Amino acid sequence: MSRLWTAVALLAGAFAFAQPGAAQPTKGGGYADKPTQEQVAFFEKKIRPVLVDHCYKCHSAEADKIKGGLVLDTREGTRRGGDSGPIIQPGTPDRSKLILSLKTKNPDLAMPPKGKLPDSVIADFEAWVKMGAPDPREGKAAVAPKKYEIDLVKGREFWSFQPPKKVAAPVAKTKDWAKTPIDSFIIAELDKKGLKPGADADKRTLVRRVYLDMTGLPPTSDEVEAFLSDRDANTYEKVVDKLLASPHFGERWGRHWLDVARYAESSGKTVNMNYPHAWRYRDYVIDAFNKDKPYDQFIREQLAGDLMTTSDSKLKAERMIATGFLAIGAKTLNENNGTQFELDVADEQIDVTTQAFLGITAACARCHDHKFDPIPQKDYYALAGIFRSTETCYGTVRFIQSNRPSPTLALPKDCGLPAGLDGKMSADEKARVEKQIEDLNKQIAEATDPIRTIFPRGQVSLLRARIAAYDDNGDPKLLAMGVRDKPAPKGGGGFGPGGFGPKGGFGRGGTASIGDSPVYDRGEPDKPSTTRVARGTLQVLSRTPLKITSGQSGRLDLANWIATKDNPLTARVMVNRVGLHLFGRGLVPTADNFGSGGQTPTHPELLDHMALNFMDNGWSVKKLIKSVVMTCAYQLDSKNDPKSYEVDPDNAYVWRMSPRRLDAEAMRDSMLAVSGQLNEKRPTGSTVARAGEGPANNRGGGFGPGGGGGGANDPRNANRSVYLPIVRDNLPEALALFDAPDPSLIVADRPTTTVPAQGLFLLNNPFVIRASEAAADKLLKGTTTDTERIRQAYLSFYGRPPNEKELVNAEKFLTAYQAQLAKDRVPAAKRERETWAAFAQALFASAEFQYRK
Amino acid sequence: MLSRRTMLKGTSAGFGYLAFAALANEQAARAADGTAASTNPLAPKKAHFPAKAKRVIFLCMDGGPSHVDTFDYKPKLTADDGKSPPARPGRFGGGKLLGSPFKFKQSGKSGLYISEVFPELSKQADNLCLLNGMYCDLPNHPQAFIQMHCGVFQFPRPSMGAWVVYGLGTENANLPGFITLSPSGGNGGPVNYGSSFLPAVYQGTKIGRGGFGGGVGGAAQVANLKNPKQTAGQQRVELDFLQSLNQNALEQVGENPGIEGLIGSYELAFRMQAEMPKLMDVSKESAATQRLYGIGGGGGGAGGPGGGRGSGFGQQCLLARRFLEAGVRFVEVTMGGWDHHRTLKDSLTNSCSAIDQPIAGLLQDLKNRDMLKDTLVIWGGEFGRTPTGQGDGRDHNSRGYSMWMAGGGTKGGFAYGKTDDYGFEAVDGKMHVHDWHATVLHLLGLEHTKLTYRHAGRDMRLTDVKGNVVKDVVA
Repeated sequence: MSRLWTAVALLAGAFAFAQPGAAQPTKGGGYADKPTQEQVAFFEKKIRPVLVDHCYKCHSAEADKIKGGLVLDTREGTRRGGDSGPIIQPGTPDRSKLILSLKTKNPDLAMPPKGKLPDSVIADFEAWVKMGAPDPREGKAAVAPKKYEIDLVKGREFWSFQPPKKVAAPVAKTKDWAKTPIDSFIIAELDKKGLKPGADADKRTLVRRVYLDMTGLPPTSDEVEAFLSDRDANTYEKVVDKLLASPHFGERWGRHWLDVARYAESSGKTVNMNYPHAWRYRDYVIDAFNKDKPYDQFIREQLAGDLMTTSDSKLKAERMIATGFLAIGAKTLNENNGTQFELDVADEQIDVTTQAFLGITAACARCHDHKFDPIPQKDYYALAGIFRSTETCYGTVRFIQSNRPSPTLALPKDCGLPAGLDGKMSADEKARVEKQIEDLNKQIAEATDPIRTIFPRGQVSLLRARIAAYDDNGDPKLLAMGVRDKPAPKGGGGFGPGGFGPKGGFGRGGTASIGDSPVYDRGEPDKPSTTRVARGTLQVLSRTPLKITSGQSGRLDLANWIATKDNPLTARVMVNRVGLHLFGRGLVPTADNFGSGGQTPTHPELLDHMALNFMDNGWSVKKLIKSVVMTCAYQLDSKNDPKSYEVDPDNAYVWRMSPRRLDAEAMRDSMLAVSGQLNEKRPTGSTVARAGEGPANNRGGGFGPGGGGGGANDPRNANRSVYLPIVRDNLPEALALFDAPDPSLIVADRPTTTVPAQGLFLLNNPFVIRASEAAADKLLKGTTTDTERIRQAYLSFYGRPPNEKELVNAEKFLTAYQAQLAKDRVPAAKRERETWAAFAQALFASAEFQYRK
Repeated sequence: MLSRRTMLKGTSAGFGYLAFAALANEQAARAADGTAASTNPLAPKKAHFPAKAKRVIFLCMDGGPSHVDTFDYKPKLTADDGKSPPARPGRFGGGKLLGSPFKFKQSGKSGLYISEVFPELSKQADNLCLLNGMYCDLPNHPQAFIQMHCGVFQFPRPSMGAWVVYGLGTENANLPGFITLSPSGGNGGPVNYGSSFLPAVYQGTKIGRGGFGGGVGGAAQVANLKNPKQTAGQQRVELDFLQSLNQNALEQVGENPGIEGLIGSYELAFRMQAEMPKLMDVSKESAATQRLYGIGGGGGGAGGPGGGRGSGFGQQCLLARRFLEAGVRFVEVTMGGWDHHRTLKDSLTNSCSAIDQPIAGLLQDLKNRDMLKDTLVIWGGEFGRTPTGQGDGRDHNSRGYSMWMAGGGTKGGFAYGKTDDYGFEAVDGKMHVHDWHATVLHLLGLEHTKLTYRHAGRDMRLTDVKGNVVKDVVA
């Protein structure tokens, strides 16, 4: 019957229809706290006997099982109500669940369950509630056991919360297959399942695979031939080492990280404003992967780089930029309630921290104890305290609806990093802008209708931001997004229950200094608990409370706790992602959920083996990746085997390499590379940086739909895709169509969709047409006969020569297309180039190009 | 019946239109009769329970139309015009009561009270199911607008149209399942027709740009619908070659749903190029039908701030009907410019007259085609407006406002819910946006608590953890 009180709550809504104004809180109503003698007598005579006879069986300390969390045998319990809240609205029987449940005819909601009480008795109860429910009973109410209590001790037994265990590589029945310890684990499981690994991939397939996986770019035909002709036993390893050392490695693997870091260059959500400095974090991530920054250090820098002391200003700048991780999230910039805003920012930071590093979703515990994982709401607010003690510096400007600008971080002047803007702001230009501001201000002052000031005010704000982007010498300032600690409290205050303004909830709010956070009932900012939760971390993952460095927010302590060998999740989650990106599937198939809502690993021992090795190798991501690509498993052919497919259609046990479509970036970049257009150098800054502070839908910024000037959808933009502007809710078309993740979400495993809009893009988009024409020009310039051109095209698009059948088929196409052009009266002089462009476009759009086998 | 794979193997280099058409139909047939799960995520799916509504058209009024001047008759507000309102918290503070400058009259057999700003629509009163007790969480455009579309504004979530297509699939394999005409670029923009964590295939296909002065033009406004260089003949030759390459790839790799899907998607894309422009060419409709929608003069002009001159809201409504008729599951038509903080009398008259004839015509046209019975029409904006004046306009009000439904198994000529005497707050038959979503899904045969998608460790819903179906509005 515990659902009863919830149901009654719904019913109360229905009853309220007959009660105009019922939604209004009663004014002046209240419990009769000093009952008169008559009232006491009324209770004793009319109420208590009924409660004893009809209610105590389920709703008292004596009940076998207290139903609905409600006890009626004390005044305290009666007034406290059940799991779904109070049952009495003193003075208003019609709004009291107690009365409603006595009166209703709905058998699911009626009380007592065995039969309706006589009308006279119900009338007594109504009269009693009306007089303020006088109740002389003293004593503590029994506390009903909660419906769901988190058991941390039991919770810690869950597989992923246990420390990884060292297990020796198994000795499998199948001998002579395994080359590395990882292979031994794989073959042992295959044997158990009765599966046989397929053949090794041929060298052409393998080299294309490893190039695309390592760098997101296909090998050139020369690189393929070099690989084939190298007879050295270590050929493959040499290629792997070369690719790990390539600057393109970081561009690909950094992008994988940017997916989980929900990297974007605008605030998204309700009012989308630019983040002109976000690109620095992007470059930081790419560099970190290229430099093989130890993963534990990578974690520390992103969470608390500002708190890691150094006298080297380049390093200092780098670490400040790293904390951009916490600042680049989506934000509701028109939130009026300061406490709400602060809680939302902290929530977003908790979400990204727990998901990106730990693969679990602690943010679920904002409003209530986590429903699936052993994360009490209290733990959530222990983390919230850390982030609420942190100032998030994301920039943005005051503009129409955007009313939450923050500072940005000024980088050390001598850090040696480039500015995001080209050139200086001359004194003349500055004067011009200042004049514009002056004119607009005059307009504002003279406006009679305040509504007419909104637009000019916004303009002033944008112009001021433009000036503010340069220093007094007219040089662009070196700014970054990131976080820093709030000041320590004066006099040990910490923060109060919420910065509410005088008008009932629309204050600027927020907290000014370091301190612990209260728990907010149902996550609502106007319902803080009276006590605060000491800053800390998730109890299920640590038996001892987190020690917070005095005078700090606790971020560095949190970072150290995550980036340690003692944390059972950190290494496992990262190792699993590497597997996911190389095999298309992680050992834990739910790469974004290592909690009880996720799936268990197919190879738990292998996962632990890899996690331990990763940590023992100084958290080197490159070593980890190399250990995977050097396996036999990685070098398997991707051909299907119907028998194995029957047993394991998902290829969870790796009897072959799963063929996979290239992700959006690799596809676009491959088209640029094959057509000879790719700009291999990293561009400085970003289109968003050059657009500056302001609304992100500003089409003048050149990154909106169809925007020119090197914008996101400009077919002439030949930069690698990782450098395209990532504006929330306005992703570049070539990325959005091909499943690049919504950067407001934290995504470990991208989906792969196949939709007609992609087909339309590949058939008709100017970017694809331009790439096809460039590829055609390259073929026409480099070779002379049709056969040679077809051969060269196959080599550079697919990394292999065509077979005889394919040659014939291609030649047939060339003839047919020429004929069609003639039929369409295309001038003869244009036909050759157009034919080869169509040929190239068909190859770009084909499955063999779009997939890596 | 041939399996898809057998069929693919049987069609070699000349794999073309017919083969794919057969494939698409076969997929649709398999899923609809429930014999096998289709690999096509857009194939029609069975609802949770039988229901009348098969498709939805959402007439979205961006900006928050005033309820007390349109569908919520408030004689006491008129009587007390100019007086101070009873003390209210929050945004209602300040301002005197502002009686509606418009007269209300009872319309149809049902006698529903509708404002004189809708002379044509009021003739459809007996088809309307007014929801006069609507409320939502915040009187702020972006949040309320996103909440209306996605249920929740705090986190990225899929929009209602995406959920509906996820739940029911779509009827025409040549078209997207969810189309949005001239959506607003602000208030979250694409969030409002996005699929968020649902597969991308469910997101709305945008046609035309909303905001001020946008409108629907030719077919060019569907992205990449036309090749700027090739003729259809050239493209067909290229596509046949491309499909032969794909066929070859499939033979090399063996079993691969991804490549099979790729082959199918190119054919669909190719056919969309032909189908979309035809569907979007409303000039083929009879003059009488065009007049019904107020196209080509009459009916107070179908233009208006959200529609754009010469194209207008009527054209969009007609286009929407054509999409619905062709089997698109969910169509949204947006009309901007309802944020009447100033000069309420003139600007509301303009906005209403821009939609009056088109919507009345749409309802009539659906009825004439026997489609109203299974097409759910919903109308409304993100919130209503204050009964108090803000100069000569009204401010935002999320505590009580009106929307309406028509057709699709709803009660016609019926008013559900009430605000207080002035129209400040819903007091009776209160319907939160979550309840509204739950009810829309219910009318389509979908149980809102069961239409879930697992994401970030939990089963997500359009209604989050809330929402009650209001069965009173179901006929």
